[in-house]
Amino acid sequence: MNPLDFSVEELDKLFDLANDIEKNPSKYAHACDGKILATCFYEPSTRTRLSFESAMTRLGGRVIGFADANSSSAAKGESVSDTIRVISCYADICAMRHPKEGAPMVASEKSGIPVINAGDGGHYHPTQTLTDLLTIRSLKGHLDHFTIGLCGDLKFGRTVHSLINALVRYPGTKFIFISPEELRVPDYITEMLKEKNIPFEEVIRLENVMPQLDLLYMTRVQKERFFNEEDYVRLKDFYILDTAKMELARKDMLVLHPLPRVNEISVEVDEDERAAYFRQAQYGVYVRMALILTLLGLA
Amino acid sequence: MLNVGKIEEGFVLDHIKAGKSLSIYEHLQLDKLDCTVAIIKNARSGKLGKKDILKVECDINMLDLDVLAFIDHNITVNVIKNGEIVEKKELVLPKQIKNVIKCHNPRCITSIEQELPHIFVLADPNKEIYRCKYCEEKYRESATL
Repeated sequence: MNPLDFSVEELDKLFDLANDIEKNPSKYAHACDGKILATCFYEPSTRTRLSFESAMTRLGGRVIGFADANSSSAAKGESVSDTIRVISCYADICAMRHPKEGAPMVASEKSGIPVINAGDGGHYHPTQTLTDLLTIRSLKGHLDHFTIGLCGDLKFGRTVHSLINALVRYPGTKFIFISPEELRVPDYITEMLKEKNIPFEEVIRLENVMPQLDLLYMTRVQKERFFNEEDYVRLKDFYILDTAKMELARKDMLVLHPLPRVNEISVEVDEDERAAYFRQAQYGVYVRMALILTLLGLA
Repeated sequence: MLNVGKIEEGFVLDHIKAGKSLSIYEHLQLDKLDCTVAIIKNARSGKLGKKDILKVECDINMLDLDVLAFIDHNITVNVIKNGEIVEKKELVLPKQIKNVIKCHNPRCITSIEQELPHIFVLADPNKEIYRCKYCEEKYRESATL
């Protein structure tokens, strides 16, 4: 599943459901009684797996699964196609994370049950994008007419690429890409934005653009992505969000982060009411609940 | 100049880029057909300077035009009956091709799932870009099966 498989109207419906779950959790506490979610995680991802498990448990369903490839039949050489055929006999819906790109798509083709892509290598992480969109829509009330700053590793960050692709469908979006030269957003994305006439800027220093932003999406700049230590030391502070930089921002700007955070957002920023990243993790559960209900035909 | 005679029934693939005829011979699996095949290389061409031509005496339905269109949709396909051209078929880029080219992305699921077909989907008809159905890696010419 790619977030763009949903139309803007279908996404609105999904987000309305997620917001209703947020307001009336007890209404949905038994919505999935008797249903089973299989979490098939061929590589570890504690946060995403627990978010799915929490979502299904809060809906009254049960969860089976494995948390890494070594504890699955993949270690014995079983193909994804065979595994999903067997899982289809055990569960009603499956969330799959796999290091190989396209594995959940293969599974969905062979499966008798819905398969949710919970991350396939560096390719897609659609439920993270749904989480990001729901967070923005819930806290801001809409998804259009934003100037959004995306900061950090914009070259390899799949969450950033997915979010850009999802936001271009909303009118009035302007992107400001904040990254070191080495980690600039890929050309195919800037070309796509030019083709669609969507305004964007590329800058190196975060503080220069802080006052313009409605939203700031932070990602981690990893040391190993740099060509040399010198550049890393010179640039790393540009991409650390602290209270001094927050003072330059608008009063109603939101800070988002897919987490885990390492040091790119100082812990002192956590107290700022504009820091939305932990609320974002909560919205991740709501949107997964809405997705499970929708895919099981229980919405 | 070398002369190759007319065929009675079958097809003539004209305006093949010079040097490409053998690769087309392989992709169309003409070696598996029990019929007469003429491969003409480097024939003179007003349009291309040099061109290759393939003449095959067989039923036209035995030809996979999708594969041919993928390789080069500028090739002219002449259908021959009773020694005359009865139809010129237009080649259009296929929406999807299966097991003609291989995905070489080491991170793609096709790299480990042995029995999976290698399927490429036409992502941009204007730029003639094909992408792997599973990982969306762009096809590069060196990736032929």
